[in-house]
Amino acid sequence: MKPSRPSQPFWLLSPMLVALGVFFVYPLLSALRTSFYEWDLLTPARFIGLANYRAISSSGELLSSLCTTLLVSSIVVAGSLLLGLGLALAVHRPGRLAALARSAVFSAYVVSWVSVGLLFLWIFDADAGVVNQLLGSIGIAKVKWLTSTAVAPITVALIVLWKVTGYAMVVFLSGLSGLPPEMHEAAALDGAGPWARLRHVTLPLLRPTAAFVATTSLIASFQLFDVVRLLTQGGPVRSTTVLVYAIYEQLFRDLRVGRASALVVVFFVVLSALTWLKLRAFREEEPA
Amino acid sequence: MTGERNVRRLALASALAAALLWLFPYAWMLLTSLKTPQELLKAPTALPGAFRLSAYVEVFQSLPVARYVALTTVMALTIAALQIAIALPAAYALAKLDFRWRAAAFAFLLSALLIPAELRFVPTFTLFSALGLVNTLPALVLPFAVSAFGIFLLRQALLVIPDSLIEAARLDGASELYIVYRLLPPILAPALAAFFLVSFVHHWNDYFWPLVMTVDDRVRTLPLGIALLREQGSGVRWHIIMAGSTLLSLPALGLFAFTQKYLLRGLGSGVG
Repeated sequence: MKPSRPSQPFWLLSPMLVALGVFFVYPLLSALRTSFYEWDLLTPARFIGLANYRAISSSGELLSSLCTTLLVSSIVVAGSLLLGLGLALAVHRPGRLAALARSAVFSAYVVSWVSVGLLFLWIFDADAGVVNQLLGSIGIAKVKWLTSTAVAPITVALIVLWKVTGYAMVVFLSGLSGLPPEMHEAAALDGAGPWARLRHVTLPLLRPTAAFVATTSLIASFQLFDVVRLLTQGGPVRSTTVLVYAIYEQLFRDLRVGRASALVVVFFVVLSALTWLKLRAFREEEPA
Repeated sequence: MTGERNVRRLALASALAAALLWLFPYAWMLLTSLKTPQELLKAPTALPGAFRLSAYVEVFQSLPVARYVALTTVMALTIAALQIAIALPAAYALAKLDFRWRAAAFAFLLSALLIPAELRFVPTFTLFSALGLVNTLPALVLPFAVSAFGIFLLRQALLVIPDSLIEAARLDGASELYIVYRLLPPILAPALAAFFLVSFVHHWNDYFWPLVMTVDDRVRTLPLGIALLREQGSGVRWHIIMAGSTLLSLPALGLFAFTQKYLLRGLGSGVG
């Protein structure tokens, strides 16, 4: 349709453009600029070139927070794909139990991270937590779920999995509803059993949905912060210091705005690369 | 066919296991909130001896819960209202009007989807602290005034609305503002409901942004307040912490129970 006046689209879009400019474009450019300065918010900023980038890479902070993030996100991505798909296949049918399972699994996605974090802090408590109590009652030694450097990142990943699997399940369910039923019927008439139909009909058709789930949960797991802040504060010994938590500490614990900004710039580059991956996964096979 | 029956059994067993695995933590949260410190010390996994709400009373005594709830609600409603007010005209222009740089404006909007709050908080914090806005309601609301997700959602819904409807309104002398804020909202009601619910629940629950933008109790939101329960006091306090968690999750779960269809539509639209 023609705008009633040529300037009309501009006026209609101007609130959006102003808000995007101030709260999206400006912060990115400002972070890029600040990453070349040393600044503690109190004294004037001092230009130091690439020293912030050198500091975060030579201290190992960048590498270790990237690796921790990758470890957690690989568990979350693989887990949400397998569990999300498995659950979607199980509950994609009429009946009360299936409906209950659908609502129960998805409800975790709607609850605040604070509730989920505090709840699992209690469930995984080393002494009085229900998991260790149950393990103890069958004679298994207590596991240091949140206080061992080897176990804590995995515990964090499992909690994230509990929170986000419902979303993956819902996406897979809408993928399953979009499949043409004729293909299943035709395969069944040809004598294909349920497993053969799953392998040769359903799974290939769900590939684009799986690509969407994988890239979405990859990007989401790179933004993890709340669960780490609530459960482990990055510890023990930085073993759960994910990227966003590292940025948070640089700013609010160490008052190093420059280094925090350098991490933000790296974070932006990583996220852009992941999003490019997501778009590519989409373009290769248009989802239903 | 036995194969089909086995598949059905496996599906039912998985559904049952999933329901238990996802409902047990809630049950545990609720049960713990009904216990006394003595019960927690003696047998942490035993059932509570009686139904008592003393832990909830303690939560209300140690935190200004009513104020947190009021502030969090005002914040989440303001964000949702601003997002809708900005999204309606933008989605209308992007879906219905022909102009030269429409594709560019849409690409610009979509690129904002890649920039989460976790990337924006450092410069936004320094900007707000220079302006003296840290620890105020505007610091919690303004950075979310525009929702790229919401504009995208409304634009998709507008694409399937026939142009003739808008042209007829124009012939009747309706202004563009009338079309955007009066004519379209009732037609877009399902999309608006989904948008509102996703936005409201997200910001009501949000922990990250209020945490980095507030320094004291003045504009503290409910999730922040509940998280503080862990740091307050001494001795066994799990019953109080779980009572707080229950209070915090109830509104979101209740909203979810009653509006599941709209929420799922909003989230399932593929851009969440």
